[in-house]
Amino acid sequence: MRELTYIEAVREAIAEEMRRDPSVVVIGADVEDPHGGTFKSYKGLSTEFGSDRVRNCPLSEAGFTGIGVGMAMTGFRPVVDVSFIDFATLVTDQMVNHAAKLRYMTGGQVKMPLVLRTQGGGGVSTGAQHGQMLEAWYAHIPGLIVAMPSSPQSGKGLMKSAIRNDDPVVFIGHKGMHFQKGPVDDAEIGQGIPFGVAEIKRAGRDVTIVALSTMVQKALRAAGRLSAEGIEAEVIDPRTLLPLDKATIFASVRKTHRLVVAHEAVRHGGFGGEIVASVVEKCMGDLKESPVRVAAKNLPLPFAPEMEKFVLPSEDDIACAVRLVCGRTGG
Amino acid sequence: MYRKMLEIRNLEQSAYDMASAGKLPGLVHVSTGQEAVAVGVCSTLRLEDTVVGTHRSHGYALAKGASPRSIMAELMGRQDGCCKGYGGSMHVTDVAHGMLGCTAIVGGGIGMSAGAALSHKLRRTDNVSVCFFGDGALGQGSFYEILNMASKWTLPLLLVCDNNLYSMSTRSEKVQAFSSCSDLASPYKIWGAKVDANNILEVYQAACTAADRARRGDGPSILDCVTYRWTGHGVGDPGIYRTAEELESWKMRDPINHLREYLIARKWLNEAGAARIDEEAKALVADAVSFAESSPHPAPEQAWKHLYSEPILKVYQECES
Repeated sequence: MRELTYIEAVREAIAEEMRRDPSVVVIGADVEDPHGGTFKSYKGLSTEFGSDRVRNCPLSEAGFTGIGVGMAMTGFRPVVDVSFIDFATLVTDQMVNHAAKLRYMTGGQVKMPLVLRTQGGGGVSTGAQHGQMLEAWYAHIPGLIVAMPSSPQSGKGLMKSAIRNDDPVVFIGHKGMHFQKGPVDDAEIGQGIPFGVAEIKRAGRDVTIVALSTMVQKALRAAGRLSAEGIEAEVIDPRTLLPLDKATIFASVRKTHRLVVAHEAVRHGGFGGEIVASVVEKCMGDLKESPVRVAAKNLPLPFAPEMEKFVLPSEDDIACAVRLVCGRTGG
Repeated sequence: MYRKMLEIRNLEQSAYDMASAGKLPGLVHVSTGQEAVAVGVCSTLRLEDTVVGTHRSHGYALAKGASPRSIMAELMGRQDGCCKGYGGSMHVTDVAHGMLGCTAIVGGGIGMSAGAALSHKLRRTDNVSVCFFGDGALGQGSFYEILNMASKWTLPLLLVCDNNLYSMSTRSEKVQAFSSCSDLASPYKIWGAKVDANNILEVYQAACTAADRARRGDGPSILDCVTYRWTGHGVGDPGIYRTAEELESWKMRDPINHLREYLIARKWLNEAGAARIDEEAKALVADAVSFAESSPHPAPEQAWKHLYSEPILKVYQECES
């Protein structure tokens, strides 16, 4: 099978959609060639499609996201690039009050096929303003779709769906996986990965791990180690937080009776709390142990690598949490 | 234009009275005294041209062609409202007539209107996009972001400041460093004009110039339409921040009276004709009110509709159940 990096896979999705549909456009800062995006996310696209369709903007995130909203209401399908999710704070009004609400407030008179493409993630000493994970803010807003790919495959598949869909999507990558290679199976992706359908990345009988973004990879590695200890973990990647495929999570917990949730965002107010609460509301009788959240400590990301590593959740943290809920802390 | 201003005046008076009597839910902001801005600008537009409004948009919607019945039903939160009861007074939208959307976040619609302008341009039409905003929006950073991009990309955009001199209770000259937003035209390399917007002919002429420029590819314009709102910011605001003399002086300059006198002086209208138009406008609004009152209330569970496109809504509802 073909192997692509995450950046290549998502770029391929955008290029394919742009070839298929002339209404797909990219707007954002630094997106045109030769630079082709902060992470080379759009390399080659302005050369192929012209700067009418891949448009460099000034550093006016609120303004150009508003332009994306207006274009989406009038028949285009903009992919709005905000290279770091930390900067997406500047576009929150446009996403929360406008993109998410306009279809609803108008009684369905307009569509909002807009993708806000951004990425979060720490681990490379980018400090407190270039490494946050803010997915929980957006997942709090009815009217938005929040997609969090965890691999080149889900990056490509979710981006194709995000562009084809008539609703606003906050598409949150992770800088840590940008240049990781992984298999991409176009036959499986087809028209795109459907929203609100979780993927069971690894089947297991003893514990359910629901992991977001790159924590999926860490959870899979932890599960491999735990298997040697006789613990079989089921790893679930929700892929979209809004809509959230609760049915798959509930079915897994009813089988394993134990839950660990892992995300890189800080614990306090993180999306893990929502997953745990949903499971407790529906599956309390099935749980043999209290669920455990694995998340960043409730701190900003410090710069020094030693401190940053201390704050961020690790593969070991997931393994420890699993041993805890499985009653294996003594071993 | 005379008839349309009267329709707005009457519809809003009716809405204001009902809201004051507690007969309309929510917040209601009327544009009484400012009607010449909506009508003067929209009279230059075609169906395909798009308009983005604010929380004070009944006039823009009517002037762009939305029906009084659908607006009044929306104000009452009924099923036959232009937004089926999902929007209300601050969001009177009628996309079929080019009334693209209204935002109640001050300045929030300026980007949206520039996006519509970019769509018109990329489609190689000569349609224009109009953004109405109040003087309060001049305090928002995104206004300057859009001014810059719209100029750089020569967007077919009319930035129309419906300048009633007050953002809520604050007189704009107290918080604004420049005297007119049309002064920004020169540094941003676009066309601009300051207009006495109680004289609809001035508004119309400036809007024609701006729209013609936009249609032939000469880019955006900014119009500072200086006028005055006769009421408080919204129903319930007594407007204690201004004097009775100031209000009275502006009422003496009623844009509707101004146009009536202008037309009568030129014998294009006589008193009987004017009275007939007055009556017809009143009757139109009375019809809209009785239509709206007989329109059904939405079923509560209809709140689940229109959040997403149908396929996603289905998935979302399954996830929520």
